[in-house]
Amino acid sequence: MARYSIKKVLLLGSGALKIGEAGEFDYSGSQALKALKEEGIETVLINPNIATVQTSEGIADNVYFLPVTPYFVERVVDKERPDAILLSFGGQTALNCGVELYEKGVLARYNIQVLGTPVQAIIDTEDREKFVQRLDEIGVKTIRSEAVCNTEQARCAAVRLGYPVIIRAAYALGGLGSGFCDDEQELDALCEKAFSFSSQVLVEKSLKGWKEIEYEVVRDRYDNCITVCNMENFDPLGVHTGESIVVAPSQTLSNSEYHKLRELAIRIIRHIGIVGECNVQYALDPESEDYRVIEVNARLSRSSALASKATGYPLAFIAAKLSLGYGLFDLENTVTKSTSAFFEPALDYVVCKIPRWDLGKFHGVEREIGSSMKSVGEVMAIGRTFEEAIQKGLRMIGQGMHGFVENQELKITDIDKALREPTDKRIFVISKALRAGYTVEQIHSLTKIDKWFLHKLHNIMETSKQLHAHHTLQTIPIGLLYKAKLQGFSDFQIARAIGLDDMEQGSLKIREYRKAFGVLPVVKQIDTLAAEYPAQTNYLYLTYSGTEDEVEYADDHRSVIVLGSGAYRIGSSVEFDWCSVQALNTIRKDGYRSVMINYNPETVSTDYDICDRLYFDELTFERVMDIIEKEHPHGVIVSTGGQIPNNLAMQLDNLDVPILGTSAASIDNAEDRDKFSAMLDRIGVDQPEWRALTSMEDIAAFIDKVGFPVLVRPSYVLSGAAMNVCSNNDELNRFLKLAANVSKKHPVVVSRFIENAKEIEMDAVAQNGEIIAYAISEHIEFAGVHSGDATIQFPPQKTYIETIRRIKRISRKIAEELRISGPFNIQYLARDNDIKVIECNLRASRSFPFVSKVLKLNFIDLATRIMLGKKVEKPFKNLFDIDYVGIKASQFSFNRLQNADPVLGVDMASTGEVGCLGEDTQCAILKAMLSVGYRIPKKNILLSTGDAKQKVEMLSAAHLLQQKGYSLFATGGTSRYLTENGIPNTLVYWPNEKSQPQALDLLHRKEIDMVVNIPKDLTTGELDNGYRIRRAAVDLNIPLFTNARLASAFISAFCTLSVDDLIIKSWAEYENENKC
Amino acid sequence: MRKATLILDDGTRFCGHSFGAFRNIGGEVVFNTAMTGYPESLTDPSYAGQIMVLTYPLIGNYGVPANDLWESTQIHAEALIVSDYSEDYSHWNAKESLGDWLKREQRPAITGIDTRALTRLLRERGVMMGRIEIEGVEDTSLDLDYGVINYVETVSCQDIIRYNEGAEERVVLIDCGVKTNIIRCLMKRGVEIIRVPWDYDFNSLDFDGLLISNGPGNPDNCQVTVNHIQRAMQNNKPVFGICMGNQLLAKASGATVYKLKYGHRSHNQPVRMVGTERCFITSQNHGYAVDGTTLNEEWLPLFENMNDGSNEGIRHRYKPWFSVQFHPEAAAGPTDTEFLFDEFIKLL
Repeated sequence: MARYSIKKVLLLGSGALKIGEAGEFDYSGSQALKALKEEGIETVLINPNIATVQTSEGIADNVYFLPVTPYFVERVVDKERPDAILLSFGGQTALNCGVELYEKGVLARYNIQVLGTPVQAIIDTEDREKFVQRLDEIGVKTIRSEAVCNTEQARCAAVRLGYPVIIRAAYALGGLGSGFCDDEQELDALCEKAFSFSSQVLVEKSLKGWKEIEYEVVRDRYDNCITVCNMENFDPLGVHTGESIVVAPSQTLSNSEYHKLRELAIRIIRHIGIVGECNVQYALDPESEDYRVIEVNARLSRSSALASKATGYPLAFIAAKLSLGYGLFDLENTVTKSTSAFFEPALDYVVCKIPRWDLGKFHGVEREIGSSMKSVGEVMAIGRTFEEAIQKGLRMIGQGMHGFVENQELKITDIDKALREPTDKRIFVISKALRAGYTVEQIHSLTKIDKWFLHKLHNIMETSKQLHAHHTLQTIPIGLLYKAKLQGFSDFQIARAIGLDDMEQGSLKIREYRKAFGVLPVVKQIDTLAAEYPAQTNYLYLTYSGTEDEVEYADDHRSVIVLGSGAYRIGSSVEFDWCSVQALNTIRKDGYRSVMINYNPETVSTDYDICDRLYFDELTFERVMDIIEKEHPHGVIVSTGGQIPNNLAMQLDNLDVPILGTSAASIDNAEDRDKFSAMLDRIGVDQPEWRALTSMEDIAAFIDKVGFPVLVRPSYVLSGAAMNVCSNNDELNRFLKLAANVSKKHPVVVSRFIENAKEIEMDAVAQNGEIIAYAISEHIEFAGVHSGDATIQFPPQKTYIETIRRIKRISRKIAEELRISGPFNIQYLARDNDIKVIECNLRASRSFPFVSKVLKLNFIDLATRIMLGKKVEKPFKNLFDIDYVGIKASQFSFNRLQNADPVLGVDMASTGEVGCLGEDTQCAILKAMLSVGYRIPKKNILLSTGDAKQKVEMLSAAHLLQQKGYSLFATGGTSRYLTENGIPNTLVYWPNEKSQPQALDLLHRKEIDMVVNIPKDLTTGELDNGYRIRRAAVDLNIPLFTNARLASAFISAFCTLSVDDLIIKSWAEYENENKC
Repeated sequence: MRKATLILDDGTRFCGHSFGAFRNIGGEVVFNTAMTGYPESLTDPSYAGQIMVLTYPLIGNYGVPANDLWESTQIHAEALIVSDYSEDYSHWNAKESLGDWLKREQRPAITGIDTRALTRLLRERGVMMGRIEIEGVEDTSLDLDYGVINYVETVSCQDIIRYNEGAEERVVLIDCGVKTNIIRCLMKRGVEIIRVPWDYDFNSLDFDGLLISNGPGNPDNCQVTVNHIQRAMQNNKPVFGICMGNQLLAKASGATVYKLKYGHRSHNQPVRMVGTERCFITSQNHGYAVDGTTLNEEWLPLFENMNDGSNEGIRHRYKPWFSVQFHPEAAAGPTDTEFLFDEFIKLL
């Protein structure tokens, strides 16, 4: 036991959630901080992601909401003078930042020890050439590639490597110009395209169709190694592991294959010299034991978070301890608490990870999945059969699917093609193919998915067919019912298979029926050792493959169940995890048994340490009821996990489940558009006019009354985004024809859209209808940008006192009318003190962590105490007491979403957010924008500033830029407007204009440092000029603004303030200074 | 599928469906927590007399390979119990399904059992005898007592077998039920192997080192082997014992052996080399263990189990004699300790 003597450690977080870097790093960072705290080490955390659990009180000693960039880290280092730094808990962001600090000599200059894996080892794994060379040294095979400069060289290389090959354009972002070629003809075609992007092209041996296998490996400084978990991709090589369904442990590997790869993983980790954790990815030939190493990640990763949840082995926690100098033999198994941490978990269940995509949210995006990641979240399902796990998982992803079968019919014209070329829907294409009579062999030859998986899916289809043969419940043999449950069929699926029509009632009928026959799930523990040793573990799941519950229920009515938020998706992510975790903390503090239900492996709320009982299981009505019937809880909290639990409120209430806080009836009154609208009328609160309409004539008549623009929300979406703003008849017709289906069955909600209105958020907590605490914040952008994409300022800096007064008054009325007890959020439109309500949610909102942290008043703690029936006092704190400003800014991942139009609208598109504090708006906005990846431009700025109003909006910003010495480039109308207003600029031409200089050329030549491109209206033609400029900016990694108000705010900030002027203050310092 | 029931000696019944041979049998019910390697485990002679319960639920996935990849020439476990047998298998080297193989080898098997509940019961009450009854099969099973039957006798070779004849160094391998991978590990290192039956007095042979193999059952049944080992210890030739070999060497040194409550059968047993910071993940399959406190002053513990502190190997203070309770030859399981064969060869 030889721990290094370290007093203060700096940990780098991963910043905003983005595609490829999401909640898993909140989990790993939180674990690391916990490990350090246990050792009495002072911790400093840099992470601008204000919605994370790791930036909550009591986790790190000092938190800086600042960009994780070398500049800001150096400034924090200069101030805090830590002894050591941890680089491997904040994803690629932290790792890259750390490597840069090391290479610049900053770490040496401040005498900072890098804990865990040495930086050189990290560099060895990141640099492709060094990596191959290092693995060659120990005789480990890697995937070969050759760099070539023309098509002839490419042909030779392809022959040397053997077809099929992959062509990749070097230095091109987003996989631009890459693809597979089976022969020389295809190679020639692809090379032409690739060389148009880049002067160098990489030719790589394609192992498409090989199995993809991963190992999570741990090493201590004494050279002791373990592999904690291995995982097998359902989709063979060719689909990024983040895009693939993954199972753990591997299912189709023999002992010899399993241990061959395990031995290689250990050989690699030793040779590279990792101290802590790393991940090794392999390609494995499905016809032999031949293999290639794809890559090694010398840090905690998405896979390691998954492995931790899949096995119960806390990889990040252990890695942090190892980095302090401990040996694995010094540490205990945190699940059994009696055995050693030096062991390899034995699973007695199978887990299945399924990615969650949100491609439907984007205009023009490609649906194909492949070598780059597009998914925004994931779920993990646990079962004791593969069928059970995958069906659970397909329900968990929350895209309206009920499992592998009994879903709404998928419309596919060419099944073969849809099998061969994977999209986000492929698993359902397999379902359709099996239903259509395709054999396992056929599907295998089209997909290369291992036949074992396909046989299992076939089993599900067979059971479905057996069920379909029955048309009443009573004729189903109990054996068949039981088999269906073993294979993960939900009551809903069974009801649909036998053709019951009212699905809600039908599912309940199945439930009652099977319960009468004792067909019930049992609760099993995850204990890391497959029951070999007794474990007091609270990490649980439900399965039908079992005969006994492993939990003894005390029936003391002391359990309080918190329903989690499920898969991260656009619109619901780490903020609800924060809310859930805060609720669990308060429940525990108040002496109740805290019980969590959630299934997202990326979260802190699914860390079994965080609650008294964790059910890693579905948030369906059926499964939640199964758990409630076992727990007999004191109550259930549905208001901290976003929309999923909120939607369950009525159904649970119907079965007399005690819902804590605001009643289910009130929730329904707020959720149901008609009821809510009627209530607002009754209490005299204004809202934009709206109608649910079922014909084009009615729509036209309504618009005649309210005028354009209107907000159109179809209830049934064919393709593309779910809502849109239409400014004229053309747009309206196009949108309704393209995207929606207007009919009696599928009404369209049309609302009047108010232009140039401020959008204001009210986040609050009430008790029996009385508001106890509230936070009012304002959007920087005008209404029309989804509140999840908008830049939000708290406290409001530019809202009239009278507006605030009116908003408070209306909020009080609504709270009282709905008898709210707990968290809620209301969104308002304000124009000239004219206030309209646009939405009301009787649950915590996305901005709860932001306002709670800026105000340093935990709204969820307060709300939870209220829901538990505790008497709370109104806190002596409100927004007028704060003399600093918080800005919440959004992170977009357009660079990952090929061809998507990076424009903001009424549907949410951002994948994450940050929240930064500053002395005033400008300080805060500068920090926030730099945190979400914007850079301060050096010289040249390209402007196309939209319609007349927006041009005016941008004028003073353009003046500022000019005064600061920036060179402005502008397209036709904008150029004219600037010239008229005395601002010198260079005219550039749109992509469809022939003259020079061409906007796109300037971008490709990297002559532009920032692009402001404001669409004229909010509808988007797919291939118009603006789109091409916006897309080029994203693909070329040039900062892009599409909103005039946000662009102005940022420009004003960097023109009046230098980053060196920014004061580096921790969260606590802002709070403390406020006190005097 | 026919119904099949496992009936434990304490009367507990577990019902499932048969996927192996239609035969009623009895045996000691033991659990194994490995997630891969059912062909290797089933053909491991150390499982003779035992009904194997696998805690990993999905079994049969990759079928069964040709017999050159087995650990002996046949299945030795009496029967197999799993949660979710996979009738459809998929693997490039598979020759047949697990179910077909079990039927061919006359071994009953049950699927659809809550193997976790069964394991918890065995863990709490200790391993016990049990029998499998298959619907429609007449009960012919005898009342057996695992501890008194000499299973080693039934699995050991009958005659001396030589491998790599003419190699420079010769190793006598006492076959108490040797796993083929032990032989492969020695072959790979280029020594001649003289594989002798468990009760053969090899002291008359000309050899450079002695390897005592793994084997099934109670080591007390192998006193004759212990006597031969004691005789061999009168000279200084290197001795290496594996699993039962560890127990027999310990007995030869005067230490005692006891039965564990439910044994170690898994691929994830952590052991530490005593007095060092070196730890290894090992493959294990044993129900008996050496009582480390009974070692005399000439002997030292070599490895210990990091979970329960039990003895995992011994070595002589001065002489080139050592043995391990785990399986350095792996198959199935992790290969971390294969270097012990090199250590042994170096001593020759």
